[in-house]
Amino acid sequence: MSLWEKPYFSTLKGPVKMAETATPAETAKSANPEMLRAARRSPASHLASTFESGSVDGTVALKEIPFQTMVGVRVDRASDAGARLASVTGGLPAVCGETIRNERSTTLWLGPDEFLVVAPETAHDSLGGDLVRALVEALGEHPGQVVDLSANRTTFELSGIRARDVLEKGCSLDLHPREFRTGTALATEIGNIPAILFKTGEDRFRIFPRASFADFLGRWLLDGMREFASPEVP
Amino acid sequence: MLLISCPNCGPRDETEFHYGGQAHVAYPENPDALTDREWAEYLFYRDNTKGNFAERWVHSTGCRKWFNMLRDTVTYDIKAVYKMGEPRPDLTSARQDATSPEGASK
Repeated sequence: MSLWEKPYFSTLKGPVKMAETATPAETAKSANPEMLRAARRSPASHLASTFESGSVDGTVALKEIPFQTMVGVRVDRASDAGARLASVTGGLPAVCGETIRNERSTTLWLGPDEFLVVAPETAHDSLGGDLVRALVEALGEHPGQVVDLSANRTTFELSGIRARDVLEKGCSLDLHPREFRTGTALATEIGNIPAILFKTGEDRFRIFPRASFADFLGRWLLDGMREFASPEVP
Repeated sequence: MLLISCPNCGPRDETEFHYGGQAHVAYPENPDALTDREWAEYLFYRDNTKGNFAERWVHSTGCRKWFNMLRDTVTYDIKAVYKMGEPRPDLTSARQDATSPEGASK
């Protein structure tokens, strides 16, 4: 039994410092934001012209919104730290699908104690914003996580009167407006890959796939859009 | 395809979930005191119930939370979904349960 006297997970005990949360503010001082921006390449940048040519005017359009600031937050909503984080984001969503928006960010519900704060590119500390720092400071030393996940996912925007038809080809959620209302975000599967689906307008969806799935999902959506580029078969 | 009702997210496709094996297998109170056979039974021996079976599932592409489910292994009927830590619900159809000859009915 000596093998079990020291469980292998004992090394995980004790406070875990989130080193990566501290870096953006530091790099902001040393690097030029314009240089940073020019050096970056988004996960679906190679598909930009394909998205443009695959979009059908007035019917369905697809584009990538690159480099959005995303911060993963894990905290108990009922705790003091939860209340402090809620004051930064304008509140923490309570139930599946709920999103909370304030002037600096939108907060998505991912789990009972897990949230994703999404903000425009310029909110990131490396480009002169202060969102990550504000959230890290709000959490303080309390149990929880604030992690800069801006590079984890990219954002696709699918819009137009046929956007729902395209999504319904590979997403088994009920996307009818009666059930799936504007301002709802759900973590689910689209085209057999995990992604977050956020309905931002009546015919407007934002999809957050992981960066490594961006190429696949982009091409998958384009394929779904192709029928609407052809004349309708009576 | 099963339609599984996640306690947090509501009904979702089976493909969004992962299976976690038999539920309510408690960690031995004093693992050091176990014989090798008892330890092996804790680690590897599970019931192979015909009928209602309590099992763990995780909603891996949704809320990423674990929960328990009572499923009929013959008909795949989902009889109950309940949270981690809650006791197994007592169903009137519980008499269908087969008893396991030995192993992990801990």
